[in-house]
Amino acid sequence: MNAPTYNFAYLDEQTKRMIRRAILKAIAIPGYQVPFASREMPMPYGWGTGGVQVTAAILGPDDVLKVIDQGSDDTTNAISIRKFFGKTAGVATTTSTTDATVIQTRHRIPEASLHAGQVLVYQVPIPEPLRFLEPRETETRRMHALAEYGLMHVKLYEDIARFGHIATAYAYPVKVNARYVMDPSPTPKFDNPKMDNCAALQLFGAGREKRIYAIPPYTTVVSLDFEDHPFTRYRFNAPCALCGADDSYLDEIVTDDKGGRMFVCSDTDFCEQRQAAGHHGTESAAPHKEKAHV
Amino acid sequence: MTTIAEMPAGFADKVLSAQSTFRSVMDAMARPGGVQRVAADVGTPAGMMRGAAAIALTLFDHDTPIWLDAAMSATPDVARWLKFHASAPVVADPSIASFALIGDAANLPALERFAFGSSEYPDRSTTLILQVDSLTRGPAFELKGPGIDGSAVLQAMIKPRDLFQRLAINEALFPRGIDVVLVHDDSIVAIPRTTRLIASGV
Repeated sequence: MNAPTYNFAYLDEQTKRMIRRAILKAIAIPGYQVPFASREMPMPYGWGTGGVQVTAAILGPDDVLKVIDQGSDDTTNAISIRKFFGKTAGVATTTSTTDATVIQTRHRIPEASLHAGQVLVYQVPIPEPLRFLEPRETETRRMHALAEYGLMHVKLYEDIARFGHIATAYAYPVKVNARYVMDPSPTPKFDNPKMDNCAALQLFGAGREKRIYAIPPYTTVVSLDFEDHPFTRYRFNAPCALCGADDSYLDEIVTDDKGGRMFVCSDTDFCEQRQAAGHHGTESAAPHKEKAHV
Repeated sequence: MTTIAEMPAGFADKVLSAQSTFRSVMDAMARPGGVQRVAADVGTPAGMMRGAAAIALTLFDHDTPIWLDAAMSATPDVARWLKFHASAPVVADPSIASFALIGDAANLPALERFAFGSSEYPDRSTTLILQVDSLTRGPAFELKGPGIDGSAVLQAMIKPRDLFQRLAINEALFPRGIDVVLVHDDSIVAIPRTTRLIASGV
């Protein structure tokens, strides 16, 4: 249950009020980055301090929390954040995408489609999509105010001029509700279409950069592209070695030093559900499962 | 004049009541036109509905200047209650207010008097909390915008009758604008600045 020295969900009430006000403005202005007074959290920057603060501000005792890191429920970052809220808020946790009411994610959107009762909380390292093109905050802020996004199209065009195609593979810029250009956090561009017209509320928290932004449900999210170079998704051209899925985002795993490799689903819950339903790939999942439960 | 001992209570459970109220407001803001309920147990000063009081205790504090309309400031009860429970400063100038509490919506001042935010910081705008006569009966308003799957129909008795016509300035001003939370008893409906009126019936 609650550790006696901490408030429910770790943050003090004044901090929660400040974050909650920022979340409401973020929802009212889809894609706009609302500045907030980010607190120091008991974990280093880069481990999801922004996402954790957003989750702490919305989480209630009846919520069921799922945390993923690159699609996996079983990595250090995901497990430690899940335990953090299990300890400080006493909430139920799950690895099932459909059972969760709040899903905190680092750099993936689950394969299973999200439903209306859910909130997806993204951990964001650099919220400003224009930052690598224009380092001055005063300038990027003015560019957003004027919807002056030509520079981003020039960047995508330079990709085409150099490589023959848009080479941006992750953190692929999107335009939200036909107004703000937004960084979807470093998710693979494979996930971008899932953000469009999504039934769930999507919240983004950047702790070090002190920004919160949001996409309300059923909002248009368009990946930037050109008529002659339309946006395309990318996935390795292989089925998952464990569950045989040919439509999920895959991780490449090097298996030896002779060029051997295999591809498995990045979304561990999706993969396990498929295996439980009797789908098989070329490799057996049994040793993987044993290791996971040691 | 009320003494502290006669002051209406705040939340029964500060932490969890604020959390559940916030989730209702967040859901309302994320799904405009949909009616959400505030379940929290909360004391109310005279003239303030339960929903408005719960929102006040959830979102107001020393960082948020509050503007009260004539109905809310008719007696000092509301201002004293806000000061005691939320430490929120009550200001006379609506253009610097983070939130405005409107008890008598029929006499809602011109929206230009509130803060719209700036083009660089559109979040620095006033959120109106408007007490209305009903959120289940009355004329139908068909709405569209982010958060709404196709269109949503809100049935409400809203004074001023032309509220949605007035809110049409949000379209020209965007991303600047005014966000509104309608309250009746423990029901709330949010109309963020992105919501547009398609049609209104009788």
